[in-house]
Amino acid sequence: MPIITGTPAVPDTRRTLSKDEILRYSRHLIMPEVGMEGQLKLANAKVLMIGAGGLGAPLGLYLAAAGVGRLGVVDFDVVDFTNLQRQVTFSTSDVGRPKIQAAKERLAGMNPSIRIDTFETRLTSSNALDLFRDYDIIIDGTDNFPTRYLVNDSCVLLGKPNVYGSIFRFEGQITVFNYPGGPCYRCLYPEPPPPGLVPSCAEGGVLGVLPGIVGALQAMETIKLILGIGEPLAGRLLLFDALGMRFRELRLRKNPSCPVCGEHRTIHELIDYEEFCGIRGEEHIPVTTGIPEITPTELKARLDRGDDIFILDVREPHEFQICHLNGYLIPLGDLPKRAGELDSSREIVAHCRSGKRSADAVQFLRQAGFRKIWNLRGGILAWSDEVDPSVPKY
Amino acid sequence: MAVKLEIPTALRQFAGKQSTVEFNAATVGDALKQLTGTYADLRKHLYTEDGRIRSFVNIYLNDEDIRYLEKENTPTKDGDTISIVPSIAGGAKS
Repeated sequence: MPIITGTPAVPDTRRTLSKDEILRYSRHLIMPEVGMEGQLKLANAKVLMIGAGGLGAPLGLYLAAAGVGRLGVVDFDVVDFTNLQRQVTFSTSDVGRPKIQAAKERLAGMNPSIRIDTFETRLTSSNALDLFRDYDIIIDGTDNFPTRYLVNDSCVLLGKPNVYGSIFRFEGQITVFNYPGGPCYRCLYPEPPPPGLVPSCAEGGVLGVLPGIVGALQAMETIKLILGIGEPLAGRLLLFDALGMRFRELRLRKNPSCPVCGEHRTIHELIDYEEFCGIRGEEHIPVTTGIPEITPTELKARLDRGDDIFILDVREPHEFQICHLNGYLIPLGDLPKRAGELDSSREIVAHCRSGKRSADAVQFLRQAGFRKIWNLRGGILAWSDEVDPSVPKY
Repeated sequence: MAVKLEIPTALRQFAGKQSTVEFNAATVGDALKQLTGTYADLRKHLYTEDGRIRSFVNIYLNDEDIRYLEKENTPTKDGDTISIVPSIAGGAKS
């Protein structure tokens, strides 16, 4: 049998630890829940991390430290100066280098006895199944919806657990998808949000330490899965609110009609995930302007309830003569110089004839810092239709 | 029934920056209607044009997904917590 140069000989199953390893892992070995048996499970485990960024940093560090025998890392990106705020595997001197190279050096330096496989590639439908096949556990540390669905579907098709973690600003979610008998990502979220509708994409920004916490929790779950101890987060979604410093738990159920893991599955192979998420072809939901609205019916209900609402009428004086809702009149054109007459601590409903001018008024005032302001949808015409037909339309 | 609604970080800017709001509501749907009535900005993030809850938003009563209870007709009790859990993918800019 020819020996292929450069391929390390990896024994099928390790049954012993070296003296050095026994000393290195002594704090594991002296725990009955781990012991030699557990440490050997770790040494024989094959874990693939998707992403070497914010979540991948603590993940890689803790899995390498724990002695996971074979650690794969997939990332096509290069270390950027802005990464250093949170991606703690990297040093300033790594800026400009491929992430997997820098990560491999750091992890191998910490633990030379493990095997680290690096894949400097974008994960796609054409390579995911082949990449995942050799590993036992997949860890999703990615940052976009198409990849999350790709990772999920690949794990379901191959029958591998998916240790999931995600973050947004001050919140994190952690769970284990596709644990035997457990739900997958699509059981929880059958469809992705259309691009542009979920605030996260436009806002960006994260407190650096948050992925450190969530990634470490993912590492913890991975190690528990390997050792077979404790209760995995399968069927439970752990929610972390960093600002309130609270953990909550929600129950995740397997969805019997899930298209990829359900009883009558319709997905049997990987799809085009960019298209699924509406990103390919620059599909756009029209950008919503974010003008808050209230319908005449809702306004009437609130007024009847005795709510303290200030009605702002942005029509012209001659229109007010035709009909009005007892509003405070500031014609739209005068609003910039008269906005000071308004009390931004009160709830304000702005109206005009049909709802268009008042929408501009609301937008203007919101930009000026007013937060409790709504547009009367359809204006005084809609009020006449819905609430009070005695109000003349014009 | 006095219930608490937990607002996820992603939507707090549309709910007057609150992380929790309280309402008196007989059902989950009733509480959500009051929420979007008070914070109209939230409506398009939670509901489609034809008034259904968006598929990438999950609503929980205490720790159970309302899809597996009686959906928006799920009755509430005093002290219940309704959680809004949208899917989040991370900090990537689109």
